[in-house]
Amino acid sequence: MGSYIVRRFFLMLITLIGMSIVIFALLRLVPGNIADILFDSAGFVDPSEKAALEEELGLSDPIYVQYWDWIWGMMHGDLGYSYVSERPTIDEIAPRIPITAKLAVLALFFSVVMGVPLGVISAVKQNTPIDYALRVLSLSGLSLPSFWLALLILMAFVHWFGTIPIYTSPPDTLWDELLLYSIPAAAVGFRSSALIMRLTRSSMLEVMRQDYIRTARAKGASDSTVNYSHALSNAILPVITIIGIEAAFLIGGLIVTETVFNIPGVARFIVEAIQWRDYPIVQNLVMFIAVIVVVTNFLVDLLYVALDPRIKYE
Amino acid sequence: MQTRSWLAGAALVAALAMPIQAYAQKAGGTLRVYHRDTPPSASIHEEATTSTNMPFMSVYNNLVMFDQNIPKNGLETIVPDLAESWSWDDGKTKLTFKLRDGVKWHDGKPFTSADVKCTWDMLLGVSTTKMRKNPRKDWYWNLKGVSVNGANEATFELGQPQPSFLALLASGYSPVYPCHVAPKDMRTNPIGTGPFKFVELKQNESIKLVKNQDYWKEGRPYLDAIDWTIIKSRSTRILAFIADEFDLTFTTDVSIPLMKDVAAQAPHAICEKVPTGVSTNLIVNREAAPFDNEDVRKAMNLAINRDEFITILSEGEYQKGGAMLPPPGGGWGMSAEMLATVPGYGDKPTEIAQAQALMQAAGFGPDKRLAAKVSTRNIAIYRDPAVILIDQLKSIYIDAELEVVETSNWHAKVARKDYQIGLNLTGVGVDDPDVNFFENYGCGSQRNYTGYCNQEIQDLFVKQSGMTDQAERLKLVQQIDKKLQEDVARPLIFHGVNATCYQPRLKGFSQMVNSSYNGWRFEDAWLDN
Repeated sequence: MGSYIVRRFFLMLITLIGMSIVIFALLRLVPGNIADILFDSAGFVDPSEKAALEEELGLSDPIYVQYWDWIWGMMHGDLGYSYVSERPTIDEIAPRIPITAKLAVLALFFSVVMGVPLGVISAVKQNTPIDYALRVLSLSGLSLPSFWLALLILMAFVHWFGTIPIYTSPPDTLWDELLLYSIPAAAVGFRSSALIMRLTRSSMLEVMRQDYIRTARAKGASDSTVNYSHALSNAILPVITIIGIEAAFLIGGLIVTETVFNIPGVARFIVEAIQWRDYPIVQNLVMFIAVIVVVTNFLVDLLYVALDPRIKYE
Repeated sequence: MQTRSWLAGAALVAALAMPIQAYAQKAGGTLRVYHRDTPPSASIHEEATTSTNMPFMSVYNNLVMFDQNIPKNGLETIVPDLAESWSWDDGKTKLTFKLRDGVKWHDGKPFTSADVKCTWDMLLGVSTTKMRKNPRKDWYWNLKGVSVNGANEATFELGQPQPSFLALLASGYSPVYPCHVAPKDMRTNPIGTGPFKFVELKQNESIKLVKNQDYWKEGRPYLDAIDWTIIKSRSTRILAFIADEFDLTFTTDVSIPLMKDVAAQAPHAICEKVPTGVSTNLIVNREAAPFDNEDVRKAMNLAINRDEFITILSEGEYQKGGAMLPPPGGGWGMSAEMLATVPGYGDKPTEIAQAQALMQAAGFGPDKRLAAKVSTRNIAIYRDPAVILIDQLKSIYIDAELEVVETSNWHAKVARKDYQIGLNLTGVGVDDPDVNFFENYGCGSQRNYTGYCNQEIQDLFVKQSGMTDQAERLKLVQQIDKKLQEDVARPLIFHGVNATCYQPRLKGFSQMVNSSYNGWRFEDAWLDN
């Protein structure tokens, strides 16, 4: 077991080094750099001023020097400075991560709370008007682009309530925060909830045709006991897998939702940082995400051993 | 909604030109404005965009400025700012400013003539302090240097008389910087003498300014603070304005169709249509065959149907004009009658026939069409006219395809002449030929993207610049403008017109009609809450 952990740990390190090279190289392969963009905003390019700026930012150094500077800095807790704001990278990234995390958790919560019960109802009431209505709802959820839905929500709010649920200043209380994020979370979670609803329905229908469900009914179990205790507990397994996958897809949806609702989260920030070619922001942020994923996988692998006695690593 | 069109004619312009009447101004309150994007920095001297100029002009002062209550900028509307007075020497080459006493920078240090010298030494590139970028160095082609006489007097020495030099100094692009603050800090934490102090700039989020309690101008500003909320999505920010989240939109952010939406949903709001100060134009790579053939370039200019562009893109609101902004907003543009005599602005069927003849003389025709690329930035305001241009060029045997270029690569691509035909947008900071001609058409200028250089015309640029009789100068400027169009230097397609909207409670604010860069001091603005 001990040798496995050591091997797994070194594999994790190699994976992270590989990731850092890929992230670093991909960013440099995209045409243009921050100097191009800064001069573009000024409407001209002065070759000597551009060269001076590239030198100031270390962009004229050989590529391996730039890479080593980044890695060395990271190892010493120095993530560098944003090219755009000229503030420490950590100061730019750190406040934005919790915002997106809260939004993602709320969106996932919304999609599960909406998707699972409605999927169950749809299955239990198969081929009834309720089922048809819920299927139309789920189909619309899968069809509506989230940016369009988000704009419709904003327009509806402005038209009917004369107000607009967007981020214009940091919320003062937890309640304000919940209110502020709940609508964008619903907008981005609607698609996931539709998917979960459809999957729950089909999974439930499959399970409800099983012999043990028929047996439970024959034994006189109530509808709710059969549906929720016997059927759902078995039907939910593939749904949970999808929920896990959807959590990763949510980040993509959040980029658009953060833009439309003007939420200063990390999803929108990373896209804009890429547009600015703000290398310190992008490479550190992507590396941060990579570290989270790789370390989590490492810990999960270790947890398997602890949780499932059948698993033995040599 | 009260829609006031600047196109309504001279009477309206005259009315607008009247100083705003004195109301019983109310002090206090926070002006809420939305911003379209994160500014590249807070340093006005290093940038050439309203994204920086609009939020930060109120942090600084100039030596002189355009009267903030008169919408049409001109030499006659220049008023004192940090300079109490100014005078020219007999030779009209030395401009001396008497500076205000007792003015302090936001960090408490005293403002002196040394700051004036520092600022323009830096712009001339003779200072040891260097900025990352110096986009307006061409403005100061005639400035030899700045000298000081004591703490309260500074003299600008020019190579030749240049009456419009004062207009350059009055622009929102010409603030005085403190000697003791490094350029890096001016980009991130600017120190000025202006009515508002910088508090913070959060990328993608907000810009906050607060009232300068020690402002040298008695009783100003009225506002306690200005909050700029950065909203990237145009739909969101317009809806937020309709929902009364903001007192003022970003300058000329409201297109003509969007203005109608605002009118329908927020009938109380005031929207003023004004020229954006940005023209859409054709750039042709004069070094790439067959565009090195003057006849091909002339044919392309003749083939452009400007009325079609204007109708399709703006429901008829954009304006035709030459290099200079056309009247009534612009002070130097050609009249409609004069414009009609310029090639490309006449009877279209006749001009298309002329263009076809030129193309045939150059070896092209219905059976031998010219394949080309129209390059432009991948932004709607560039792409949309480029598509119309491609359609119009078909009439003269040019089959062009659209090449969209990511913003970050656009100017680099143009600078290395890696294009054939380009569709470009050009903004002008001050409605004055000394800015526009030298910046966009001058030999060797960095913004002269096509590399057009006509020494005869260059001499005329210098000649008009030195003329003191402004009526005579206007005649010469219009002749130069006409010649630039005839030379197909950078054919103008249209001058943009959009709207800026504000809530009726915002008072003491005047939208400039011939510049988007000079009217954002906000020291007279107040909220009638």
